Amino acid sequence: MRKVLLFLFTFHFSLFTYSQDMTALVMKVKAKLDLISDYEAEGRMKTDVAFIKAPIGKVRVYYKKPNQFRLKKDGGISLLPKGGVSVNMNTVFATTDFVSLASGEAVVDGIKTRVVKLLPTNETSDIVLTTMYIDEANLLVKKMVTTTRENGTYEIEMTYGKFARYALPDKVVFAFNTKDYKLPRGITLEFDDNEKQLTDAEKLKNKKGRVEIRYTNYLINKGVSDSVFN
Amino acid sequence: MWTLIQIELFKIFRRPRTYIAFAAITGLIGIIQFGLKLDGDSYVDFMMRDINSSITVEGKILNGYQVCYIVLQILLVHVPLLIALVAADMISGEANMGTLRMMLTRPISRTKFLLAKFMATVAYTLMLLVWLAILALFVNMLLFGTDDLFLLKSQYVVLLKKDDIFWRYLWAFGFAALAMTTVAALGFLFSLFAENSIGHIVATMSVIIFFTILSTLNIPVFNKIKPFLFTTHMIGWKEFFDIRVNDANEAIIGSIQNPQKILHSALVLVLHIAGFVTASIVIFRRKDILS
Amino acid sequence: MQAIVNVTGLTKQFKNLTAVRDLSFSVNEGDVYGFLGQNGAGKSTTLRMLVSLIEPSAGEVEIFGKKLRTHRNEILREVGAVIEKPDVYKYLSAYENLKLFARLSGVKITNEKLMSQLYQVGLASRAKDTVKTFSQGMKQRLGIAIALVHNPKLIILDEPTNGLDPQGIADIRNLVLHLSKDLKKTLIISSHLLSEIEQVATRVLIIDKGGKIIEGNAAELFDPSQTIVELQTFNNVFALQQLQLSSWKAHLQAQRDTAILIRLDRQLIPQLHRSLVDMDIQVLSLQPRHSLEDYFLQVTSGNQHVDTYSN
Repeated sequence: MRKVLLFLFTFHFSLFTYSQDMTALVMKVKAKLDLISDYEAEGRMKTDVAFIKAPIGKVRVYYKKPNQFRLKKDGGISLLPKGGVSVNMNTVFATTDFVSLASGEAVVDGIKTRVVKLLPTNETSDIVLTTMYIDEANLLVKKMVTTTRENGTYEIEMTYGKFARYALPDKVVFAFNTKDYKLPRGITLEFDDNEKQLTDAEKLKNKKGRVEIRYTNYLINKGVSDSVFN
Repeated sequence: MWTLIQIELFKIFRRPRTYIAFAAITGLIGIIQFGLKLDGDSYVDFMMRDINSSITVEGKILNGYQVCYIVLQILLVHVPLLIALVAADMISGEANMGTLRMMLTRPISRTKFLLAKFMATVAYTLMLLVWLAILALFVNMLLFGTDDLFLLKSQYVVLLKKDDIFWRYLWAFGFAALAMTTVAALGFLFSLFAENSIGHIVATMSVIIFFTILSTLNIPVFNKIKPFLFTTHMIGWKEFFDIRVNDANEAIIGSIQNPQKILHSALVLVLHIAGFVTASIVIFRRKDILS
Repeated sequence: MQAIVNVTGLTKQFKNLTAVRDLSFSVNEGDVYGFLGQNGAGKSTTLRMLVSLIEPSAGEVEIFGKKLRTHRNEILREVGAVIEKPDVYKYLSAYENLKLFARLSGVKITNEKLMSQLYQVGLASRAKDTVKTFSQGMKQRLGIAIALVHNPKLIILDEPTNGLDPQGIADIRNLVLHLSKDLKKTLIISSHLLSEIEQVATRVLIIDKGGKIIEGNAAELFDPSQTIVELQTFNNVFALQQLQLSSWKAHLQAQRDTAILIRLDRQLIPQLHRSLVDMDIQVLSLQPRHSLEDYFLQVTSGNQHVDTYSN
């Protein structure tokens, strides 16, 4: 599943676009990210999906150039949106094979951003469209919306802080569409209706699923063993 | 009274039939453990087929806690039948052997005699559950290790943290003990009415199966009677594995979604036990021993 | 002699069957009380009522001067009973069974004492064997050992020789005599065989269809010179009144549906005949029975209702 997402972020850049300015901006962002060859980060992950009751869990994230990414939960079980949350910009810019189009400006989190639409040139790609909201002044991607053929639309919002100069976010919120979940009571061996809980579930039904990771610490360019990605 | 209970327990544990239940539980859990150890991944894939459409679950799903839950889910529906095998035979078995006659010519009040027998049945039930706990929880913890517990419910899924599980199992076994005691009390009551060796066991099993089916059926007309069936409340142990969430939809560690429901179910079961035992005493005190 | 069992008007009605009908009798201390009747006559039901296995529909049982209804446990501490078959736990050994019932009876008893009890009934060598390997006779003896384990004053044995071979029957007979003569116990023994009761009983009660037919001293009842005469008249009520007023009163046994029973020496039959004529009783028949057994077989195989009557 993760491969699909990895693919999402590893489509190719096209250097021959109609919108030369945007490519330059995208390339600048990429250049900034290129300063990092690997990192390891600790964080706390919260899964907020209507039909999931899960506590906040500690996670550890590993990245290594060009596009190796791994999220590990500390010994426990993690519930991730299908496709994973291999959320980092580095992988996005690992290759360059798409068309980028300027799509105006928008304010994200109080910051003015340039909206850039990226269209993959490969027609068999799972990704249909990616929209990036780039903070031009700091060369940071604030928000990214990706529509896929198979797994719906993902929305990734990043909040930067201490590690902004490396373009590494303090917080990543990954929003995605969830399908309805329901199992027959005969299978789960539940006898009654659990009406109260049903109302709770109904209340949250139309809400998108969200996975939020707050990073507490990054170890940048200290070397990461290949074995963690296996 | 203590002497009477001791005598009853002595008799229970000298009867070969008693060990059928222990052997059956050992065998069943052994088979489940063997199967899951051998091909647990396929089972997990099968279990996850519905959730996998939008969520990827990563980690050691098939750990000792999960296996214990699977075992309890399967076995706690059938353990009542094993309990019926002994409980429903407590009086009628003796009537059938003729020993009831011998016992009741002794200077013991019938109420005390019956209560001692019931206590012994409860002790047997508890021992069976302790055995179940040893095999299903502790042995599985050793065999499969411990980790978070991921559970699929009909409306949602629950993820419990590794450190937030063990206490839930202790309570769950406690609740299961109450549920099984209800079965024992029912079997006990039925055992007053038959003097052959099989009728009452079949009757107890039939009631449990019949009620369980009614409890499981999701047909509006039956939903009205469900709250009155003790079998509906017997699976209350599962409620210990449901966690509350806060407004931000974060699970609150150490919480139970619906403690009132557990309490209500426990109360219903206690009332059933009290009802069955009282009825047994009233009937037995007046009963002519003709066996 | 003091009566330790007093039964008055005992009746047991099961749905549409009267198993025991208005039965009264008493057992004196030291008696070996023979309780005779065909199978299904109501013996077991009566004995079950004596140990409160069955609640009487009417009547009263008093044992040791106390009402069974209110002093059950107190009375049962002094009663040892084997009702019907001596059914014990087949998966336990003889020793374990005996110990179990001793504890149930509330007596603390040493292992030596338990073994000596088993020795007394000839089971010491099989003490550790499970009962399922025992013969019927051995089970019967174990049953008796269990009945005796708490040293009761009154012992009730229901058909103790049922299913036994001649040697087994003789063993039980000797045991009963030992209990009665040497240990001075009071015993109630039921049987459907007169010959068995004849050899051990001091007093006898014969019942049929739940009602008393005859009760009396065994020595007198089994006296070969005595016979039972069945008298049928045109008016039995009148005849009975006349006989009660006469010197024959002491000989009257019971009144049945169609006959009055008179027990007397065979030689007195002509004299009885004359008296009946003198009393203006119109006799339809006067039929002597040769022995108690003859009579027992005759009455218990018929279908006549018997009203008990005390003289």
